[in-house]
Amino acid sequence: MKIRLDQLTMKFDETTAVNNLSTTINDGELVSLLGPSGCGKSTTLMLLSGLYKPTSGQIYFGNQDVTKWDAEKRGIGMVFQNYALYPHLSVLKNIMFPLKMQKVPKKEAMERAKEMADLVQIGHLLDRKPGQLSGGQQQRVAIARALVKKPNVLLLDEPLSNLDARLRLEMREEIRRIQQEVGITAVFVTHDQEEALSISDRVMLMKDGIIQQDSMPQWMYKHPENEFVASFLGNPPINLLTIVKKANGYQIGNSDQLLNVPAFTLPKEDNLDVIHIGVRPEDFFVTTNGNQTFTGKIIHIETIGRDTLIRMEIGDTTIRALVDPQHDLQVGDTCRLGVSDTNIHYFNVESGQRLHPVERSMENARETNMEEHA
Amino acid sequence: MGKEALSKGMIYLLLSLGAILMLLPFVWMISTSLKASNEVMAMPPIWIPSEWQWENYSRAAEVAPFGKYFINSVIVTILSTIGELLTTILAAYAFSRIHFYGKGIVFAVLLGTMMVPGEVLLIPNFVTISNLGWIDSYEALIVPWVASIFSIFLLRQYFFSVPKELSYAAKVDGCSDFKFLWYVMVPLAKPALITIGLLKVIGSWNAFLWPLIVTNSQEMRTLPVGLSAFTTEAGVKYELLMAASSMVILPMLILFFIMQKYIISGVARTGIKG
Repeated sequence: MKIRLDQLTMKFDETTAVNNLSTTINDGELVSLLGPSGCGKSTTLMLLSGLYKPTSGQIYFGNQDVTKWDAEKRGIGMVFQNYALYPHLSVLKNIMFPLKMQKVPKKEAMERAKEMADLVQIGHLLDRKPGQLSGGQQQRVAIARALVKKPNVLLLDEPLSNLDARLRLEMREEIRRIQQEVGITAVFVTHDQEEALSISDRVMLMKDGIIQQDSMPQWMYKHPENEFVASFLGNPPINLLTIVKKANGYQIGNSDQLLNVPAFTLPKEDNLDVIHIGVRPEDFFVTTNGNQTFTGKIIHIETIGRDTLIRMEIGDTTIRALVDPQHDLQVGDTCRLGVSDTNIHYFNVESGQRLHPVERSMENARETNMEEHA
Repeated sequence: MGKEALSKGMIYLLLSLGAILMLLPFVWMISTSLKASNEVMAMPPIWIPSEWQWENYSRAAEVAPFGKYFINSVIVTILSTIGELLTTILAAYAFSRIHFYGKGIVFAVLLGTMMVPGEVLLIPNFVTISNLGWIDSYEALIVPWVASIFSIFLLRQYFFSVPKELSYAAKVDGCSDFKFLWYVMVPLAKPALITIGLLKVIGSWNAFLWPLIVTNSQEMRTLPVGLSAFTTEAGVKYELLMAASSMVILPMLILFFIMQKYIISGVARTGIKG
């Protein structure tokens, strides 16, 4: 089912949790609502479920305006962070519960519940009570219970946060598998960027009740629309540096280095004296043949598994770079780092908005975005 | 090791002393119920009757229509317990889950009434009941006791410990408030409800003052009131009174033995842990 949110706003007393949010979620899509805590992502989900009613704005399921409908009428399935299974009922009865409320005949309800239990691979646990299950198994039961009534939409509120790291990886693949097998429209709330980027068709990154960017996961990572998106995604975080306009180019911070990039890749707004640039740590490469973008002194080296993370000082700015461990680098060495032109992101200092280079206008960027969507 | 055994020994010693202290009146009641009338007041006290007077029991049963009293007690106990459970469940749910105007104030007032001693309420309640024309009826014995603020408070705390997500899940699954209360909250609160019910049954079975005040005829008397039949102008027939008391207390004793597990776990769960 296609979902459309139209200028949705939710206020609690003085705080605005969701601010004028409009978007469309297509049929069969898995969309993640991502953001730091308090960004309004969970509130948006509660609005979708009907457990909260918006202060203003509309919600459409298909062509139907469901804004005023209660949760029990909307035909949604929901999975909660703490699973919210009924502790006094067996697994089978838990899964059957929504059907019992719909007055589905007991025999049919039991068959459908068993079918669903098999889909989420807990068919062998039907007689247990929730308290006797592991976290992952409980989450599977919760998913089965949410799906058994064949809802229009599946809503997941931080479903993996209570699981340990290994299980989280397994369950997120499971959620994706089940979602695609059932072909249901799903909205997934998480604060974990890795979760959002790995399983969703589309990610909406929120902050202060406003969608910061709404695009495909890789596009969001590669083309952050503003500084917040750039810094929220990625681990280790993106390097943000200040560059200052001089007669002969842009100077990096207070160092004596000029940013060594071809002129046509610089932002077309040439009336800005100060610009922020962002470079992801993994986009750097160590170079010796004069095509470096940054030169600095290594102040720290850390090897974590397959990566080597270095910290390098350029004037009063420090940058983090993930480099090939093959290079024999020592603390105190002078190091030259190169970056491909397209991996440098420019942001307006005041608004934080992305500045587009001369070469590629905003329109071009939009088109590329559309292509990737298609 | 030795230290541990010593402290354990101390604990058992104290517990045993406590148990003996609690059991003493009970043993005394049974012993008196089997004595001849001249041994009842004997000094020093006689613990074991010289001759076991079993006929005390049959004689006691003839003094008053205990069969009728027993039926009355059963009716009053069952109905007031069911009534209290119903009102408690509904009120506790409203006070814990439903938002309504003035909720805090209403609850504070209700809690405030717990500070008024029951004896103070005897006369106003009596006036109310007599204005309703309920004197000497089951209504008088039951209706004033079908709500208990303490029970509401106890169950409300229990309901608070049920996570909010559970009610969200139930809503999404298609439950109204009432269905959620019935299918999820009540089964979950079973230990608390058993505790409340048991306390009520015991209290209602043993109630003396109120039934004494609002009933006049033998037809409406309950067992505890009926025991006053042994108090005559010539004095109290203690051996018969104790025989009757032993019989009156027997159902409670049986109830306690059957429900012991629930009483203890219920009190522990509702009192100490959420």
